[in-house]
Amino acid sequence: MKALSILKYQWKDLFRGKWIIGYGLIYLLMADAMIRFGGTGSKALLSIANIMLLLIPLVGMIYGALYLYQSREFTELLLAQPLDRKTLFWGLFGGLAAPLALAFTLGVGLPMTYFGLFVSTSIRSIILILVLGNLLTVLFTGLGFWLGLRFFEDRIKGLGFALVGWLFLAVIYDGLVLLAIFLLGDYPIEEPMLAMAMLNPIDLARITVLLEFDIQALMGYTGAVFNRFFGSMMGISVAAGCLMIWLGVPLWRSMRLFNKKDF
Amino acid sequence: MRANKKILGLITLFVMLWQTGLARQVTVSPNGPIDSIKQGIIETNPGDTLLIKEGTYREYDIRVDKPMTIIGEGKVVIDGERQGFVIVITADNVTLKNVTVKHASTSFMEDYAGILIKETDNTVIENTTLVDNFFGIYLAQSSNALIKNNHITASGERETKSGNGIHLWYSKDVTIQDNYVKGHRDGLYFEFVEGASISGNLSEENIRYGIHFMYSDNCRYEENTFRNNGGGVAVMYTENVKILNNRFEDNWGASAYGMLLKEINRSRIEGNLFINNSVGLYIESTNNNEFTSNTFKQNGWGIELMANSTDNLFTNNNFLDNAFEVSTNSRQSFNEFNHNYWSQYEGYDLDRDGTGDVPHHPVRLFSILVEKQPQSLLLLRSLLIDILDAAEKIMPVLTPETLVDSEPQMTKIP
Amino acid sequence: MIKIKGLRKRFGLLTVLDDIDLEIPAGRATGIVGPNGSGKTTAIKTMLGLVKPNAGDIIIDGESIKNRWDYRRKIGYMPQIARYPENMTVRELFNFIKEVRNAEKTNQEELIRYFGIESELDKRMRTLSGGNRQKVGAVLAMMFDPEILIFDEPTAGLDPHASVQFKKRVHREKEAGKTILLTTHIMSEIEELADYLIFIVEGNIRYHGPMQELIEKQKEQRLEGAVAKMMEEEAA
Repeated sequence: MKALSILKYQWKDLFRGKWIIGYGLIYLLMADAMIRFGGTGSKALLSIANIMLLLIPLVGMIYGALYLYQSREFTELLLAQPLDRKTLFWGLFGGLAAPLALAFTLGVGLPMTYFGLFVSTSIRSIILILVLGNLLTVLFTGLGFWLGLRFFEDRIKGLGFALVGWLFLAVIYDGLVLLAIFLLGDYPIEEPMLAMAMLNPIDLARITVLLEFDIQALMGYTGAVFNRFFGSMMGISVAAGCLMIWLGVPLWRSMRLFNKKDF
Repeated sequence: MRANKKILGLITLFVMLWQTGLARQVTVSPNGPIDSIKQGIIETNPGDTLLIKEGTYREYDIRVDKPMTIIGEGKVVIDGERQGFVIVITADNVTLKNVTVKHASTSFMEDYAGILIKETDNTVIENTTLVDNFFGIYLAQSSNALIKNNHITASGERETKSGNGIHLWYSKDVTIQDNYVKGHRDGLYFEFVEGASISGNLSEENIRYGIHFMYSDNCRYEENTFRNNGGGVAVMYTENVKILNNRFEDNWGASAYGMLLKEINRSRIEGNLFINNSVGLYIESTNNNEFTSNTFKQNGWGIELMANSTDNLFTNNNFLDNAFEVSTNSRQSFNEFNHNYWSQYEGYDLDRDGTGDVPHHPVRLFSILVEKQPQSLLLLRSLLIDILDAAEKIMPVLTPETLVDSEPQMTKIP
Repeated sequence: MIKIKGLRKRFGLLTVLDDIDLEIPAGRATGIVGPNGSGKTTAIKTMLGLVKPNAGDIIIDGESIKNRWDYRRKIGYMPQIARYPENMTVRELFNFIKEVRNAEKTNQEELIRYFGIESELDKRMRTLSGGNRQKVGAVLAMMFDPEILIFDEPTAGLDPHASVQFKKRVHREKEAGKTILLTTHIMSEIEELADYLIFIVEGNIRYHGPMQELIEKQKEQRLEGAVAKMMEEEAA
């Protein structure tokens, strides 16, 4: 009940900040443009997925941290009230993650609806994108929260780590993987590679997108390890499990930090 | 009585005359005086019609050694019970229609077939159904045959235990039309065939290739569909073929190609649709061909063009939503790409003439990386790869500079 | 009654509260004084659960506050630097806190009138002057009529008139039997409002007892002099 009233006020506040509306509009405009100019086929979905993989981690992490800094007053005000810290934490987190997820879902979903993508493309692909987008939003907002709490007194550090963290997961990590492939390509490195991909949530999500949209290309690969992994329920379950761990651990750590924190 | 006898004799004479003049008809039926097809053939004179009544005939090695027409009436099943060939046609001018042929033997030594046509002219095989034969229809050293509207299926699981659906060897001027082949080793197989016309066939879910042909010049393939075959389609060592308006679809796998071309020269590949394949078109040691008005859609690789192929012209093709549009294994390329539509083209058209103002490089850096280290495929659609590709586009270091479409189209080519 | 037992708090290497034992009597007003950075605010925040102690415990009405939150229902708190969600209007803020506390009946109306902020109700928090923010804080602290009132430097941003108004109000609350705890730099304020005095220096309690006793002990007329004397002794 209390978490709900916190959520309600958070949302009001967030929407009044207009930032969140801008965020949703970005998706709306991009998805609209993708479908308008790219056709109602799977190409538009793929472009949307690409934007999602880029934008959600960046915004989730940075805004997750920033939001904690911005709502410091709110937090302190509420901490002095008869309120459980746990309730407050979930209220704060839900107050950000839910609107971000909603902005994404509406921003992407509206153009899909009015261009009739639900009829022209596979429902499974659409659902995959929506679910993945929401999952990534929660995951990366959680990571941002964790960074924000970890460096609560030092905003520059917190935001810096969020930005660097994103850069690392989105670009540098893959660079290291590529380097490893070219240095060790003659050895059987498929399994370590898969393990490496599982360790990075952006890669995890990206590979899930590949499985849906680029299976022709993936199946063209000559190694049996990938084929067996991607072709089986095992692969999908491992990927899903890893995503869940990525979802749960930062949130759990954040909650512990929040519980022990001095304000 | 006498008069009656005379009349009867006269009628008999007339009937006989009429029959020799206009061909006779012999009927085989399970309960009739002639209850085996072999017996029926013995009773038949050249040019006669053998009518087979509904029923199951357990016979094999049925030799058709004189010109005749064999027609099934109702559901006629000829079951070879895996004893060898089922029907063997060795005479010219034989027509076979409306029968089901089952269970030719499987063997490592001999190519047993449901219907073997050997050293004949003018054979017609029409509306037959072939079920679970080692080879389906096997033509050797024959000419002017028409293979039409047959339904050929097998449930082969391994290459060695399964023969080809329609197999042509040293044959000329054969027409293969509107057949359905499924579950054989190769759906259609041609070796040393001249001037064949293959149209309207559907060949799917065969263990190896939908169609496989070698050393078969001057043939024409039109409006066939090859779908979900183990290796797609392989076309080799042949000149002057026309491959027009066919569909190559859903061929997935490490060595599955919509169509593989090897040493194909002076041929036309036009108006085909390559959709949903691991590799749409794989081209190796193939020269002087024209690839026009084809559509490559949603393939892993649209075209894999090996550097030992030269002087091919690719024009008016559509490349739509392929992970890789073109890949190659060298910085050199002596082929021409012109006036195609590329969905990955990012240029602009300021003068609004429908042609992009900057050339399109269809070979991405990433496809070169994948060519060198296939494991890097796992990084497909990574931001890192997009950045590398963009950098390479600005300053090409690894991708072939000459593999360029200088007139990329702004809209899909109809 | 608030009982503090062996309370210890460190921030990194800095010991802010060093093994504090205190009893804050119920129904009386207690003033906490001490130099800047002596641990006054930390002590208050610990009582509110905003700061988690390294050791020790606080017992309010016979119950430990460790891992509890419901006891805060009894407390009204007015922070030193009042920070509120900037985009909320004053009215929204009041309603929100009411909702969070699940309170139906409040003396909100009366307090708003008392502090004269009726005209500010529909303004955003960020547009409010420092004084008006303080008034909003005072209303928030008192509107639920809690048994315990904690004020951290309450008059710092108030103009003289408002300051007088505030003090009058605190008097009234005291008379009504509330337990009051306040920190301030202004000794006259303590003299005016408090019966008990707690003097903290560097996280240690230097004096704890009725105010009058201290004044007598230091042979001074006014509290200010007595406290200054005590600080000098501390320095020596």
